Amino acid sequence: MAGERIIIAEFAGPAELIEAARKTRDAGYRKFDCHSPFLIHGMDEAMGIRRSRLGFIVAVFALIGLSGAILLQWWASSIAYPLVISGKPFFSYQAYLPVTFALAVLLSAISAIIGMLVLNKLPRLNHPLFKSGIFAKIGDDGFFLSVDSDDPKFDIEETARFLKSIGAGAIEVIEG
Amino acid sequence: MESSSENQIALSEIEQPLIAGNPSFHSVTESISRIVEGKPPKLWYIAISITGPLALMFFVLIGYLIWEGTGIWGLQIPVAWGWDITNFVFWVGIGHAGTLISAILFLLRQRWRTSINRFAEAMTIMAVLVAGIFPAVHVGRAWLIWWVAPLPNQMGVWPNFRSPLLWDFFAVGTYFACSVIFWYVGLIPDLATLRDRARTRIKKIIFGIFAVGWRGGNRQWRHYEVAYLLLAGVSTPLVLSVHSVVSTDFAVSVVPGWHTTIFPPYFVAGAIFSGFAMVLTLAIIARKIYRLENFITINHLEKMNKIMLVTGMIVGYAYAFEFFMAWYSGNIYERFAFVNRAFGPYAWAYWIMIFCNVAVPQLLWFRRCRRSIPIMFIASIFINIGMWFERFVIVVSSLASDFLPSSWGYFKPTIFDVGFLVGSFGLFFTLFLLFLRFLPMIAMSEVKGVLPQADPHHHRTRGSKEENI
Repeated sequence: MAGERIIIAEFAGPAELIEAARKTRDAGYRKFDCHSPFLIHGMDEAMGIRRSRLGFIVAVFALIGLSGAILLQWWASSIAYPLVISGKPFFSYQAYLPVTFALAVLLSAISAIIGMLVLNKLPRLNHPLFKSGIFAKIGDDGFFLSVDSDDPKFDIEETARFLKSIGAGAIEVIEG
Repeated sequence: MESSSENQIALSEIEQPLIAGNPSFHSVTESISRIVEGKPPKLWYIAISITGPLALMFFVLIGYLIWEGTGIWGLQIPVAWGWDITNFVFWVGIGHAGTLISAILFLLRQRWRTSINRFAEAMTIMAVLVAGIFPAVHVGRAWLIWWVAPLPNQMGVWPNFRSPLLWDFFAVGTYFACSVIFWYVGLIPDLATLRDRARTRIKKIIFGIFAVGWRGGNRQWRHYEVAYLLLAGVSTPLVLSVHSVVSTDFAVSVVPGWHTTIFPPYFVAGAIFSGFAMVLTLAIIARKIYRLENFITINHLEKMNKIMLVTGMIVGYAYAFEFFMAWYSGNIYERFAFVNRAFGPYAWAYWIMIFCNVAVPQLLWFRRCRRSIPIMFIASIFINIGMWFERFVIVVSSLASDFLPSSWGYFKPTIFDVGFLVGSFGLFFTLFLLFLRFLPMIAMSEVKGVLPQADPHHHRTRGSKEENI
């Protein structure tokens, strides 16, 4: 996006980052993110973001898998290709359990990964953050707080000063 | 504040660190990434130069089987299922440890799993991949295997959803797909690490694509965490169901020795037992070659031994209970099947199984044995062998002496049976070695998460303010 700018600030560790996130939230910033090499518990509350809605998406797909599997088995064994096997009814639902379960699980798993990627707006291989010189530490031992220029409170100097005041180390401005 | 910090000190004294050597975040990255980035050790080349040709041989044999037919195996009537199905059940069973470690231990908050989950999951995928080959080729006309899938076709024929063989296709297929998804989701943050460390353009592109642009932001982590939790949640019943469904291939039939209700839990316990034995075998070798003693500590190995002991005892119990039920049922065919199993023509296989699966694991009652690497390594090899024989005994001895004495037979493997078994090991180990070479074998991001300094409460820099929240 043209004109998009991001300020990133490095913090010393998880405790410092979570503290910084809390202060940034309290200062009224909304479009910011905290980057860490691993998941930090308690960060959601510190940043003031809601729990992921992924669970509902996956639940819907699990139900689709469940009902789709029952429909498929009913239709194939009763309508499309009715076949008497050891005198059992065409719709022998007890025997349909394993396939129903498998398809429900399969659709849940597929929707969990795709849903996770879609909610995260991934794959996105060309994010401005990757232009940063220090951001490459994100997979190693870097803890960063980034503020996006979309944020109404965003102001390069003001935001940088604020980040410095809450204990940031290196600060970098990335032009998107 | 006072009391909470005191509690923490007390806890850290009780709990031994999950990762030894007190590493920093950076040293974790270094020690795992260098395995992927550097040249593999000489032993790796030696290993793959053995397993590679065997894997190749496996494919040549599959080609020959499809050309010539299943007659190249020692199959005959009544033993129409031989080593092919034995191998299938064996490999699917091996696959169970990976998902158990990644899903069930995750839900149970067993944080020690972080050191071993990645390669246990990889092992699962390789094992299920190898397993899937056997049913596909044992049908003889392997090019018609797609008939098991419910696909519209010009014959107007649909599969029989009441057949356990069809359930098997869905169960194993789903299991494979879910294991790959689970594994890949776990890999994303580590692939991002490798992407950021990559020096050459080609590595940057490949790791870049597979890391899908992961930025480690908490707005991403929160969805990631839920996705991981959900995958663990759906995989947990899956682990227990897959081998149950595999066991119904036998249990739903009327063959004496197969037709028992104990099969599903018995198979699941056996699968976890054999899977842990294989994880242990591989872990001991990998930690030695790559000097990962700090990550896979003796405590990890001991915990795996304990799980092996528990599941081994369940398996031993099932062996005993099968006999009890055969006697108690009053069914003469059932009684004969079991007496014949232990004292008939396949007694040798039965007693190998009992020795490997029941006698050997008893060593693990002793702490010294659980913490001795040579002993556990040998025990794990014995258990691998024993679990293969368990499936052989179940599949072959039951079929060889069924209802009609005039049709009894004795299964003799051919050189091709042996070739398929050896070849499947070749393929499994080759895939596993390639995994060790090209992907991080320990989940770096998860290991960092369990280091003491990863806990935001670890540092004392916290203000007393938050205590009020």
